[in-house]
Amino acid sequence: MASVPRLCLLLSIIPTILILCADFACCNTGRKTGDGLDTDFSGFSVPLEHSFEVDDVSRFRMRGALQLRGGRETSVSLSQSQLSEEDRNTLKEVAAVDGLYKIRVPRVSLTDRQTERQMDGYLTAFVRACSLVESHLSDVITLHTDVSGYLIGVSIVTIPGACRGTEVEDEVDLEAFNTTLTIIPPTNAPQPETALFIERMDIEHEKRGKPQEQKSFFAKYWMYIVPLVLFLMMSGAQDQSGGGAANGGGR
Amino acid sequence: MAKLTSLFVILLSFFCISEAVFEDQVGKFDWRQQYVGKTLFAHFESNTQSSKKMFVATDKNIFASFNSRTGDLLWRHVDKTGPEGSIDILLLHGQDGRLLRSWDTNIGGLNWEAVLDTGSFQAACFVAIQDTVKLVAVLKKAAISLHYLSNGHQKWVENLPDSDAVQYQAVYSGGEEEVYVLGVVPNSHLTIIAYSLEDGEIIKQVTTLALSSNLHCCVVVGQGVLMCVDPATLALYTLPIQAEETPEFSQILLQVLYLSPTATTVSFSEPVLDVEIINTFLCCCCFLQAFLVSFATTGKKTVAAVMTPKNETVSCPRACAINLFSVDSGRRLLDTTVLFPLEPNGGKPHTLYVHAFLKKDDSVGYRVLVQTQDHALTFIQQPGRVVWTREEALADVVTMEMVDLPLTGTQAELEGEFGKKADGLFPMVLKRLSSQVTLLQAWLAHLWKLFYEARKPRSQVKNEVTIETLSRDEFNLQKMMVMVTASGKLFGIDSKSGSILWKHYLENVQPNAAFKLIVQRTTAHFPHPPQCTLLIKDKDTGLATLHVFNPIFGRKSHIALPALPRPILQSLLLPVIDQDYAKVLLLVDDQYKVTAFPSTKNVLQQLQEMASSIFFYLIRSDQGNLSGFRLRKDLSTERIWEVVLPTEVQKIVAVKGKRPNEHVHSQGRVMGDRSVLYKYLNPNLLAVVTESTDTHPERAFVGVFLVDGVTGRIIHEAVQRKARGPVHFVHSENWVVYEYWNTKSRRNEFSVLELFEGTELYNSTVFSSLDRPHLPQVLQQTYIFPSPITTMEATLTEKGITSRHLLVGLPSGAILSLPKMFLDPRRPEVVTEHSREENLIPYAPEMPIRTEWFINYNQTVARVKGIYTAPSGLESTCLVVAYGLDIYQTRVYPSKQFDVLKDDYDYVLISSVLFALFFATMISKRLAQVKLLNRAWR
Repeated sequence: MASVPRLCLLLSIIPTILILCADFACCNTGRKTGDGLDTDFSGFSVPLEHSFEVDDVSRFRMRGALQLRGGRETSVSLSQSQLSEEDRNTLKEVAAVDGLYKIRVPRVSLTDRQTERQMDGYLTAFVRACSLVESHLSDVITLHTDVSGYLIGVSIVTIPGACRGTEVEDEVDLEAFNTTLTIIPPTNAPQPETALFIERMDIEHEKRGKPQEQKSFFAKYWMYIVPLVLFLMMSGAQDQSGGGAANGGGR
Repeated sequence: MAKLTSLFVILLSFFCISEAVFEDQVGKFDWRQQYVGKTLFAHFESNTQSSKKMFVATDKNIFASFNSRTGDLLWRHVDKTGPEGSIDILLLHGQDGRLLRSWDTNIGGLNWEAVLDTGSFQAACFVAIQDTVKLVAVLKKAAISLHYLSNGHQKWVENLPDSDAVQYQAVYSGGEEEVYVLGVVPNSHLTIIAYSLEDGEIIKQVTTLALSSNLHCCVVVGQGVLMCVDPATLALYTLPIQAEETPEFSQILLQVLYLSPTATTVSFSEPVLDVEIINTFLCCCCFLQAFLVSFATTGKKTVAAVMTPKNETVSCPRACAINLFSVDSGRRLLDTTVLFPLEPNGGKPHTLYVHAFLKKDDSVGYRVLVQTQDHALTFIQQPGRVVWTREEALADVVTMEMVDLPLTGTQAELEGEFGKKADGLFPMVLKRLSSQVTLLQAWLAHLWKLFYEARKPRSQVKNEVTIETLSRDEFNLQKMMVMVTASGKLFGIDSKSGSILWKHYLENVQPNAAFKLIVQRTTAHFPHPPQCTLLIKDKDTGLATLHVFNPIFGRKSHIALPALPRPILQSLLLPVIDQDYAKVLLLVDDQYKVTAFPSTKNVLQQLQEMASSIFFYLIRSDQGNLSGFRLRKDLSTERIWEVVLPTEVQKIVAVKGKRPNEHVHSQGRVMGDRSVLYKYLNPNLLAVVTESTDTHPERAFVGVFLVDGVTGRIIHEAVQRKARGPVHFVHSENWVVYEYWNTKSRRNEFSVLELFEGTELYNSTVFSSLDRPHLPQVLQQTYIFPSPITTMEATLTEKGITSRHLLVGLPSGAILSLPKMFLDPRRPEVVTEHSREENLIPYAPEMPIRTEWFINYNQTVARVKGIYTAPSGLESTCLVVAYGLDIYQTRVYPSKQFDVLKDDYDYVLISSVLFALFFATMISKRLAQVKLLNRAWR
């Protein structure tokens, strides 16, 4: 029992570590081109490229620029141009043959600015071209980082995500992207909640145990014990006297 | 602490789930087999005919004793794995690496243990003084020490002179007051040092010209004669060690005869055949490809057993003959030939151990222990009778599958009737009638057998399981376990009795090969036989070979195998089936080209149609790279996504998908307020576990990534801080459970992640990774687990209705069946009305280990390496096989046997009540009729 307070002290430290990392998101639509460029100079920009070809051979072209800002609260914004007439037609053709629309971003680190350019390779993701067309270019791009701030993955989904085969008549719908951009750092997995549990146990224990614990066995049952003892004493005395009498009678 | 535990016990008692085995059920549904591994040293107890004990030390660091009559294990010591526990040499009293140990040969108890000085072990021998062994001499790289045999105390230790230049390799004692140490300076000279037994003083030191660089081809024979074979000059050298002056080697030339490129054998003229020459056979393995020689001494006689192939072809003999030669005369002893039959699918003989003894008439009798290349031990008695065989390859099972047994012939015929197309009404009726008649016949035969066997006493009735009588039982509880071992031997084991029904040794399997066992066609497609494919991949070159076989009979199928000239990166089993109902296996090579197996026209056509919906992933853990590919119509592939985890930060240690045969019955969980929380059931989800490269306890972490295998989308990314591996995890349904070591608190912890879609389903009819834009809700909770674990697996049932349990293999050899209910991230901190309604256990940080959860009661499984679970025909029952050094098979009932009547079910009462009610209704009906009639007449 002596180890309990020490343990409590030790375990009470744990919940203080459990600060959940909140993700910060910033989104930008294509219509507000250029807004992200002049707001912030401490960040840096990486190209966001896309590829959609009828023959499914990747040929990445510039789609926009991602403005990344590292540090305590990573933030990201996107500036992108409208789709050209030619691109729109290609996209429709690709959608017709159930091709893929792919995007890629270079691997960079959000915190370590020196090594950012040295890392080679890209992170790629895709979505079906038809769903992009049918959702009128409304997509959600998510960037994932690891614990040290490296970009490890990118994902793209459209809302709605299904391909129902509906025709997109209006050309205006395919002009500009309606992009939601999120950056998601890893979440911290919880530790065992020992401190809270012990606290709760103590409270419950106090609630239940206090009035009972203070009464001793004798204090609780004196009304039974005292008559019993009295009775025993009485009967014992009687026995003695009776026994004495019997003995005396025997002689 | 006591307060915490006591409250916990109270809490638990509310959720008591009793699962323990009753005493009368022990061994009824479960069995265990114990193994020791590949034998390195074997010794027989004494040279009498009646001795029963033999001792072996194996490559798995195990020292064990067998009953030589039955092959049963008498006792076994499982030492530490790895070089720490490796057994360097086994003398009659057994010794062990840095520790010198002595065991009692009767019960296997440890007599004493002595710690030796550091230094690499070279040799050891017993030292006898006037024919009684009293001391043990141990030669290390730079020192020699003498120990008393009775208590292990060191008598003396002496540093060897000039140990940098001289490689001391052998120690010898001739029974006098000296012990000789032999050392060699490569390509220069041989040093012989004689030490006094009393105080370790160097009595004399002589040098002579050396022959070769080491003494591995040398042995000390007879009264101090050193024999060496020089493979270069093909000559034999002898040297008397105890000679007074500087000894000289004398040379005997051998005539060498080349029989085949692989097998070289030595022949020599008859008069030379004496102890020295035969001895060299033993030590000089370079000559021994087809021949095996072993020596034994009994009384005053020394004999040599020589194994020769029976028929002339050395490369693939059917049987081997073992003959006994007297080493004194060099003559073959009469009536000593033993025939050793080689199994057609077994390995060749590898080592021979002879147990020779004097018979009553003073002639020499012997028994032989043969170890074959497939790690099987066979014990043969003199007329050529195989006394027992132990399949020690099963000590190292790599992977396994359970395959349903086929239906019996009559059942299959009946089934086959439905599959065929109708060919007229009349023939159909005839066929039906004939099959009904056969069924009736079978039933009558079964009844007759029951009646016949009922008269016999129970002990005599044996249910011998043979390959012919194999058939599926009523509830599909008996299955065929196909086990693949590291030695390349395949086994078919009956899951009910544990008897080995077939075995097949694959030669030319590299020792470090990786295996993957795939069931391409189950037994459900009569008359097509079931088909298993074993993918064997050489880890160095990456080249793979396929072995296609029938899992019920073990026979190799004669199917045209695809040529695989390039290293294989990935294999995937598609749900696509060819016209023979075999699932299609796709093999991806290092140029991302895809080979299909079977690759018939039908299959290729189907693949072309489905190509755009076939996705697969590749993982390169050395680069931290996960990438996804899509199949094109021409069976080439295109890369469609890529996720890179920088290797400077973390490395991928394991990736697990879900099991394809897993069923999830309920789509969601009903919550306390009657709303439904839908599970996120993504069949393409991968759980990727990483460990940080930084191993500092404060900065180390374990990462858990949930990645969609089709789109490459990271569904969830969690980091467990201050944690390190080894990580064991299970990925199933909508949850991932992982176990890690907490570096800060220095304890093992379990963490559970559960994924939910929320209270509304996005698309309730079908799941598509391409159309699921919203990320699932992720719940996670962590618990303390009071024991380290070695492996983990989840139970699996037919329809997934039964609640799940986790089967946890502990280092103690116990297998814990932990209810998943305890690993539920929705366990509330504070009990509310809703959580009580849902039957959620209140959160407690510590996970209990209750002894009645051990499914293998006292049948511990040494060094559990893996647990395999398979569904049975009964929804409540899951078959479990745990393998490691031992194999243990049992059944578990995670939700108790809800679909089985109890053994003590009262049939009489129920049926009597039924009948009584039935008659009561009849009578009351009759009475009612009479009454109605009477009323009508009134």
